[in-house]
Amino acid sequence: MSWKIKALKKSPWVFHVNVGACNNCDIEIVNCLTPRFDVERFGIKLVGSPRHADALLVTGVGTKQAAIRLREVYRQTSKPCVVFLIGACPCGMGIFSTGYHVAGPVDKIIREVDPDAIIAYVPGCPPKPEAMISGILKALAAL
Amino acid sequence: MSISPNILFWIIVIPGTVVLGLVASWIVRKVSALVQWRVGPPFLQPFYDVAKLMGKEILIPQDAQQAVFMWAPLIGLAGILLLSIMLWRITVTQATFLGDIIVAIYLMVLPSLALILGSSASASPHAAVGTGREMKLVMGYELSLVLAFIVVIIKMAALVEPGQQLSLAAISQHAPVFSISGMLAFLASLMCIQAKLGFVPFDIAEAETELGSGVLMEYSGALLAIWKLMQAVMLVALPLFLVMVFLGGIGADFLAGLARPVGSVPVGIIVLAAFVVTGLLARFNKYIDLLFLLALIAACVLAGLGKYVLVLVLIILIKNTNPRVRIDQAMKFFWVYCSITLAIAITLALIGNTYGYNWL
Repeated sequence: MSWKIKALKKSPWVFHVNVGACNNCDIEIVNCLTPRFDVERFGIKLVGSPRHADALLVTGVGTKQAAIRLREVYRQTSKPCVVFLIGACPCGMGIFSTGYHVAGPVDKIIREVDPDAIIAYVPGCPPKPEAMISGILKALAAL
Repeated sequence: MSISPNILFWIIVIPGTVVLGLVASWIVRKVSALVQWRVGPPFLQPFYDVAKLMGKEILIPQDAQQAVFMWAPLIGLAGILLLSIMLWRITVTQATFLGDIIVAIYLMVLPSLALILGSSASASPHAAVGTGREMKLVMGYELSLVLAFIVVIIKMAALVEPGQQLSLAAISQHAPVFSISGMLAFLASLMCIQAKLGFVPFDIAEAETELGSGVLMEYSGALLAIWKLMQAVMLVALPLFLVMVFLGGIGADFLAGLARPVGSVPVGIIVLAAFVVTGLLARFNKYIDLLFLLALIAACVLAGLGKYVLVLVLIILIKNTNPRVRIDQAMKFFWVYCSITLAIAITLALIGNTYGYNWL
């Protein structure tokens, strides 16, 4: 394993992208930072800019308006990076699958930019913080 | 070929300062986590962060002024490393040159200037807001910082013998903090250092939650790693400078404490063994991690870096007990409250000099 990947696994900085979520998953993501879960133990840090990020936490179904921005954010993220789809909406569009405003599943939107993107799915409505942490660690282990 | 200890010191001073800075940034993060009742990052976290950033892709914005954008972090890191080499040299050999106080003040502005240059070259609106804030902050605290040094210089004028140069080396022989004016100046310059480090309550230029890390927004990969290294080295150089100016320096024999033997084993070996054992056990229990932190701080104190650790802990506590202020509040704090305090301190120092009251 190259030292780049090894170091990446030890300090994945995440950037949170909301592409039309109901704010429930967003609240659960913020929960991960609280003393109860404290993801800084694993070196996970929430950063303010996609340029600093190693992982994008995407919440929401991917609306037509937001899809353009999501592609742009993915392009601006420095590679190698991982995309995490947090919640039922980005994983499988949930109850919005036939909505007029939906641009398609989020993984499809991201694959339009980069067909080889590394995408991990954390389903749930909303997923528990434990589920998110275990999802992130599992995806990093598979890197 | 024999290498004298002196040459060896100059070989390890730059990597040593960088490593010490990264360890200090771990202490900042760990103690912050403990204050917030969290477990916090493992010891090697800052090293992993820098290694990871070094291996990542560097993105340069299309509209950015490329050369300035790439050179700014290097200028900042070079400036702060130069300052720390200067401070270590004065600490170890007492060697100094004419006007070293002025040079130190200039070198301390260099990281902020580099930040302003780099972020204004990055063509990002968020970074532009951050640049403006950083500029105002520099204008705010520089006045207070220089006034605080003037207090020290006035106090030193009474203490140096005629003919002796009034240099950093001479200043670091005395501790002006044990006087009223010196104490006021120390407290004011502690706040200035807080602003220089970009720590809460003065992290206005970076402001993660409102500006998306502001001045550093467009930086990625190795360039961001250099900024992180610069901030880590600032964590060594700036508190060290405060210690030398106000608290009487850390003494030339600051590593001798670790060589002192207990029985037949030097303290350094015992401390190293304690590090390794607690470090290995730390992954099993968070309380052992805490022991590791205590062992590290104890080692620093044994090595004669106690004053440095004191200033670092003060900075961390200020960081963790305050909210971020607005830029106008910060300006008002430095220009009105700090300046008035320092004007009083200068008056007291002058009165003390004239009438021979050293405690004033």
